[in-house]
Amino acid sequence: MSDETVVQFTVNGRSRRVVVEPRKLLSDVLREDLHLTGTHVGCEHGACGACTVMVDGAAVRSCLMFAVQAAGSEVVTVEGVTPTDGTLNTFQQAMQDCHGLQCGFCTPGFVVSMTSYLADNPAPTDDDLKIALSGNLCRCTGYRGIINAARTAAGLPVPANAADGSDH
Amino acid sequence: MKPSPFTYHAPESIAEATALLAELGDDAKALAGGQSLVPMLSLRLAAFEHLVDLNRVAGLNAIERVNGHLRLGATVRQATAEHSAEVKSSVPLLARALPHIGHFQIRNRGTVGGSIAHADPASELPAVALALDAVIEAAGPGGTRRIAASDFFVSTWETALNDGEILSAVEFPVWSGRCGFAVEELTRRHGDFAIVGTAVGVQVDGDAVTKATIALFGVGATPLRASEAEAALMAGADVAEVARAATAGLTPSDDVHASGAYRTQVAAVMVRRALTKAIQEARA
Repeated sequence: MSDETVVQFTVNGRSRRVVVEPRKLLSDVLREDLHLTGTHVGCEHGACGACTVMVDGAAVRSCLMFAVQAAGSEVVTVEGVTPTDGTLNTFQQAMQDCHGLQCGFCTPGFVVSMTSYLADNPAPTDDDLKIALSGNLCRCTGYRGIINAARTAAGLPVPANAADGSDH
Repeated sequence: MKPSPFTYHAPESIAEATALLAELGDDAKALAGGQSLVPMLSLRLAAFEHLVDLNRVAGLNAIERVNGHLRLGATVRQATAEHSAEVKSSVPLLARALPHIGHFQIRNRGTVGGSIAHADPASELPAVALALDAVIEAAGPGGTRRIAASDFFVSTWETALNDGEILSAVEFPVWSGRCGFAVEELTRRHGDFAIVGTAVGVQVDGDAVTKATIALFGVGATPLRASEAEAALMAGADVAEVARAATAGLTPSDDVHASGAYRTQVAAVMVRRALTKAIQEARA
């Protein structure tokens, strides 16, 4: 009753074909069938944002769609947001500079979310950034560094009392 | 923690989708944005043998002006509506409610129609539909019928849609004249479901309020209209009095987030704030 289905889609610019059960979440197909383990699976019900990927240019929770629904779509995971010359993208570099990661589990979700958000919203306010970041959880609670990374990537000032991630 | 097995259908026309849903009956569920349905399936709070995905159905993703209404097709994404200039200018209440839904990643996938068809009593869009007397278009194997929002919400997650019917569009009336709108809600964190909230609209002529709507959410099994309070506002009562009237008969239940008494008290505060904002906007 739940036959495996062929799904063809583009992942990080490469055409991919998988044969999966319809109930298999996009997040699990990326990790288990395509071995793209940069996409992390946290809560598996849409609350934490660790599994965020871009589907046809929009950041979405990959645990809230089935891989069969992505047939024909272009998916970009955290592995696909980094420039090919070995450098980091603007937000990734800012995360490093601002000590935006601690254990690193939530990092791929933040990176994909903010890479997508800043591409669509190049001139956000400080409040806009905090609201945009609210869809991703960091269980280390290292938000200060992450907010500062977002500010840095957006070209907004980093308050003097929040110059690094160590003051919380 | 994964959904139980199901057969996946991706119809490309409304006729095909409704025929499938009619044939499969209770064993099937329509899937739109999936931002509520997929977690419910993953947590196994719900299970269906068949999912009928509406995302590939042609002609369901348009936003258009029709007979004094703004019509949104079933698969218009919440983010699309949120950023639509037409929605902002024609149905400001909807535009103001949308940013309260989850997070931008959720709204990129979630649909306006899906949220209304899901009918979660704590969610914003059913309250907006009720506040504005929206018309819900239901498509079934025999054609379409139009349902008033006031008849649509039956109970928690329960609507007037029959087996084999999908919500194919929602039509929001476009208000004219000097109007103001506001959505106020209490959440623990940005993007959470509201503990309690309200969506209001007013139209003014000088000092008089000539049209008023007040819908509450998070206070019962469906969103609720406060008709007596609306009448009081139009009769010249002040907003504090109207807010008390809007919440006087409420009996919200207690849960882990808040007691019913707390919800009632906060609902009055939300109504007062929302009406104050809406009236200021209308008079500006």
